[in-house]
Amino acid sequence: MTKALSISQLHKTYGNGFKALKGIDLSVNEGDFFALLGPNGAGKSTTIGVISSLVSKTEGEVSIFGLSLDTDRVAAKKQLGVVPQEFNFNQFEKVFDIVVNQAGYFGIERSVAMKSAEKYLRQLGLWEKRDNPARMLSGGMKRRLMIARALVHEPKLLILDEPTAGVDIELRRSMWQFLQEINAEGTTIILTTHYLEEAESLCRNVAIIDHGTIVENTSIKALLKTLNRETFILDTREAMTNDPIVEGYELACIDSHSMEVDIEKGQSLNELFAVLSDKGIHVVSMRNKANRLEELFVNLVAGRKSVKEGNEQ
Amino acid sequence: MTIQEQWIALLTILRKEIRRFTRIWVQTLLPPVITMSLYFVIFGALIGQRIGQMDGFDYMSFVVPGLIMMSVITNSYSNVVSSFFSAKFHHSIEELLVSPTPNYIILSGYVLGGVARGLTVGFVVSMIAMLFADIPFHSVGVTVAIVALTSVLFALAGFINALFASTFDDISIVPTFVLTPLTYLGGVFYSISLLPEFWQGVSQLNPVLYMVNAFRYGMLGISDIHIGVAFTGVGLVTVALFITALTLLNRGTRLRS
Repeated sequence: MTKALSISQLHKTYGNGFKALKGIDLSVNEGDFFALLGPNGAGKSTTIGVISSLVSKTEGEVSIFGLSLDTDRVAAKKQLGVVPQEFNFNQFEKVFDIVVNQAGYFGIERSVAMKSAEKYLRQLGLWEKRDNPARMLSGGMKRRLMIARALVHEPKLLILDEPTAGVDIELRRSMWQFLQEINAEGTTIILTTHYLEEAESLCRNVAIIDHGTIVENTSIKALLKTLNRETFILDTREAMTNDPIVEGYELACIDSHSMEVDIEKGQSLNELFAVLSDKGIHVVSMRNKANRLEELFVNLVAGRKSVKEGNEQ
Repeated sequence: MTIQEQWIALLTILRKEIRRFTRIWVQTLLPPVITMSLYFVIFGALIGQRIGQMDGFDYMSFVVPGLIMMSVITNSYSNVVSSFFSAKFHHSIEELLVSPTPNYIILSGYVLGGVARGLTVGFVVSMIAMLFADIPFHSVGVTVAIVALTSVLFALAGFINALFASTFDDISIVPTFVLTPLTYLGGVFYSISLLPEFWQGVSQLNPVLYMVNAFRYGMLGISDIHIGVAFTGVGLVTVALFITALTLLNRGTRLRS
């Protein structure tokens, strides 16, 4: 399968000596919806900076659709659209001009650029605002403007660095839908996000980066399978006065009609429901206490931190 | 990028730059026109009458080329330095850095934007000057060539200033402490033949003197400097600044971490 992105032994050491990337190897298949996760300062934005030519690498290779950023820079850049974390457009320019100009920087004729800009501004609900200076837009609109700008030259690979940060839930959902649509049409998408629910809902594969190295690179499904313990909230029909006691399970009441239970890998929820039913407690609904990927992410990062601290002692 | 794609990118940058300074014309085009009109009235019409003739021309006609050149220099420089630094400061320069636009097109686009503003202001100021003085236009070719070359030179200098600048103070230091003294001491208001020999020699170290005199030669046919020397000097400095600016841009100086 064609690789949309291929990174080999990528190192980045900043001028102050800080090693942001310590030999990253990563590949993303064409058509994938890929999540790049990691805590703050892990190296996600530096990696995106190198791919988008905003950060100079110290060592390593980056290829976009087989085109090296070192030897085929122009062709490689044409395949790429980037939505950065921070707003990086001229706030005084008109929305339409920002998008059309970006197409111009890719050598696209103005008449074609204007049609493409209209298409994406309409799809992202910004067409009515096209003559407004960008500073007049709301935060969510500004984020959508950056997506329209990144797509105007029809890139095959779109990288979004926390695109839904600070966006309300309704708008976030509509952005998810839009991204799923363009992914279905063939655009490969790489996403960094702090909303792990977002990664779990949208992405098929994931890499977790921490302290400048990739600590996990697999499919979301495979990653979730490694989850050994999940915490569920059970809502009951009957009121409870004490924590129910069931052998092999730790149950704790939250209030009179709900309780929390940790389920280890291999334990059966049906078995628990049956025992509770025998005790006259009927479960009417249940949900995960935390997002599953979030639990995994916290475990992974926390696990590495404790190992590192152990080594240092 | 193909030549046509590069041409489109260049036109895009230039169009954006022209829109920028025309959108804020009250800040960019109007002030130099008012300032220069005041110079014409005060130095030319009022004080000039008492000064009498200089190098065979009345004082008003003598100062007009220098004042036009002064406005071209200032506006070419300040357009590029403020526009490119703002793009850097607000990170909108990243729009260009992530694109396949070659660096020499980015540099040329910004420089042409500065030239467009410099020449627009120069043209308007020239039109106003015609109301005050009778300019014979000794050589239109020399006039146009030297004003265009000077505009390119100072637009390039503004670009380099913007690359190194970290704060808005940094983009006003050079215009205030370097550009203004060089312009005022560059033979705008006087002929260096009036100076003692030592100061004539010192004045010849000032690059603005060559530009002002070449321009004055084009308009009036008089100059303190040999025209060939002026064009060679200005041309060489322009090439040197272009190479410097492009090298810095290729290295990503103060742009890429």
